[in-house]
Parts: sequence; C-alpha cells; structure tokens
Amino acid sequence: VAAVSEPVLEEGWIEDELAREFPDLRLAWVTVAAGPRRTPPELRDRLGMLADRFHGARALSIRREAVPAAYRVFFRHIGLDPDVHRTPIEAAAVARLLRGGFVSGSALEDALVLALMETGVPVWALDAGRVDGPLGLRVARSGERLGDGDDLPAGRIVVADRAGPLAVLFGATAADRLPGRDTERLALFAVGAPGVPALHFEEALHCCAGALEA
Amino acid sequence: VQLTARRVDEQAARAQLRTQIARLEAQLGALPHRPIYAAARSGGPHVLTLGELERVRDSLAARVSDARSASHAVGERQAAARELLERMLREPRRHKFVRVKARDLGEPGCGAWHVRPRLGLIGMLAGWWQVKLSSGCPLAC
Repeated sequence: VAAVSEPVLEEGWIEDELAREFPDLRLAWVTVAAGPRRTPPELRDRLGMLADRFHGARALSIRREAVPAAYRVFFRHIGLDPDVHRTPIEAAAVARLLRGGFVSGSALEDALVLALMETGVPVWALDAGRVDGPLGLRVARSGERLGDGDDLPAGRIVVADRAGPLAVLFGATAADRLPGRDTERLALFAVGAPGVPALHFEEALHCCAGALEA
Repeated sequence: VQLTARRVDEQAARAQLRTQIARLEAQLGALPHRPIYAAARSGGPHVLTLGELERVRDSLAARVSDARSASHAVGERQAAARELLERMLREPRRHKFVRVKARDLGEPGCGAWHVRPRLGLIGMLAGWWQVKLSSGCPLAC
C-alpha cells in the first residue's frame, strides 16, 4: 500500500486593517507539483457523478446552505452584491445547469471545480514559480497595479505576495501569475469567509491538491 | 485618545451593521419569493465605510420587505384557490367547468382539479357533476 502524504497547508497573513474588520477571515495555500495536462479519467468520472447529483432544485436552494450563505454575507460586507456578482459556488451551479456538466477538459480547472462543489469553498491557482513569498490579503495602495495590467483603485482588497498584488479578491488574477504551459508547481489558495468551518476550508485545498496529484 | 476612541466606536458600529446585514441576508434567503431587481453596478471588494454599510443594510431591508409582501400575496392567492377547491368538492354542481391548477395551490406538477359532468352529455343533462383530478404534465413539457 502506497503511503499517502497530504500537502502542507500554509496559513496566509491578513493585514491588520482587514483583520480588525474581519477577525475570522482566512487565507491558506498549498503548493503542489503539477503541470498542465488533460483531465484524467478518474477526475472526469468524479465530476460526472457530482453533476448527476446536482439538480436544479439544489441550485435554487444552494444559497441557504451554511458555507455558500457565509460567502454571500461576506460579499455584502465587502461591497459586492451576490445577486449581481455571483459567489463562486452559485456561478458554478449556474454553469452546471447551462452546460449540463462540470468537465472542462483541463485537469486544473476541473480540480478547482471539484473542490468548490464538494466543499463550497472556492480555490484559485497561481504559478508557484512566479509567487514571491507567503500569500496574504491586504488592501491595495495608491498606484499599485495588478501584474502588468491597469492600476488598482486604492482600497481594493487583494491577494498579494511580497512583490505586490496577485489577484483581486473574488476577481481577476494577474495574467503573468496564472499557470501556463511552463508551470511545474502550483500554488493553490483559498479564502475562507468568516463563518466558514475550518474543516470545509482546509478540505477544499486538500481535495483540489489530491485531485491534481492523483 | 479621542481619535482612537472614535475609531473603536466606528469599528463597533460597523461590526453591528455587518451583523444586521448577515441577519437580513439569512431572512432574504429563507423567503420563497424573492423579487428580481435590475442589476446595479457593483464596485470591487473593499472595506465598506459606515455610510456604505448603512446603505447595504437599508437596501437589504427593503428587499426583505418586498419579498415578504410578495410571499404574503402568493399565500393569499393560494388560500383563495384552496377555498375554491373545497367549495368545488362540496358542491360541484354550483361550479360547473371550474378548474383549479395544482400550481395555484402552491403544489408542484401540472395537475388540475376540474369540475366535469359524469358520463358527458348525459351527466350535463342529468346534473351529475364531479371533480376530476387530471394527471401530470404532458410529455411535451
């Protein structure tokens, strides 16, 4: 029997201003060795079974489940209207109903969807080779940019490393930090809204990492 | 010292508003009939000021109120339909050809209660009326 080793989950930092306002806000990440590849059959089957169990009635009531509800509330707290800017799980639920399934063909995209649908917690991926130091959450400062893109408005909540903002919280990721063809290691990170149980939050990262390493 | 005290007060007020927003969001999610609103332009994620949190709270409170009104109106329509069905069952002759759909009663499916004459034309002439429940949705649905 092969030994199963779980990837080490690292706790991210939360800037003081944010930590004062949202004491239970969390960010954590894991690093996994995984390059670009097509969805393996096992992951395809798992997503197929997940899609079979996911019906319209659940899509309508998902906002009442504890974890999706916590993200809806957090969206409101940070100025996003979840009825306009859908929470990740609600967006995935709508996509499932429109497309009739979850499978995209890319192992990474499918592993992210699997973790989201299994736990309700969204996970994002960065090219670990292009991340400088530990990840954390802070507000953007005046004149900061998202990678090579446009200026970020001061005060925007961002995921950042030592070098600067990597992604807007629940929004766009810097194009130059996204996993690409030459990616060898991935930094998978999740943001836990206040009220999301630690078990769900940590399981999301383990589930995603496990699906990629399988 | 005053500045710090004011900052702490504002922080406490913001925390209280967030609690109210969470409670309103839970109430809105629990209501079966949520009115649809035109999509408003949503700013990016940021720490909301006291004023912004108040606006979010007030807007949510208005939505909860609208959703409650909508649920109440639907409840009244369903109650009226149930009363009509009871009258139909009690006195079918007084409700000739009246139809009540399952959806009007808040029940799923495409069934409908319909007052029809027993044995067609003979029943019409003899005054033999009955309430029939049609079966589910047609295959075309």
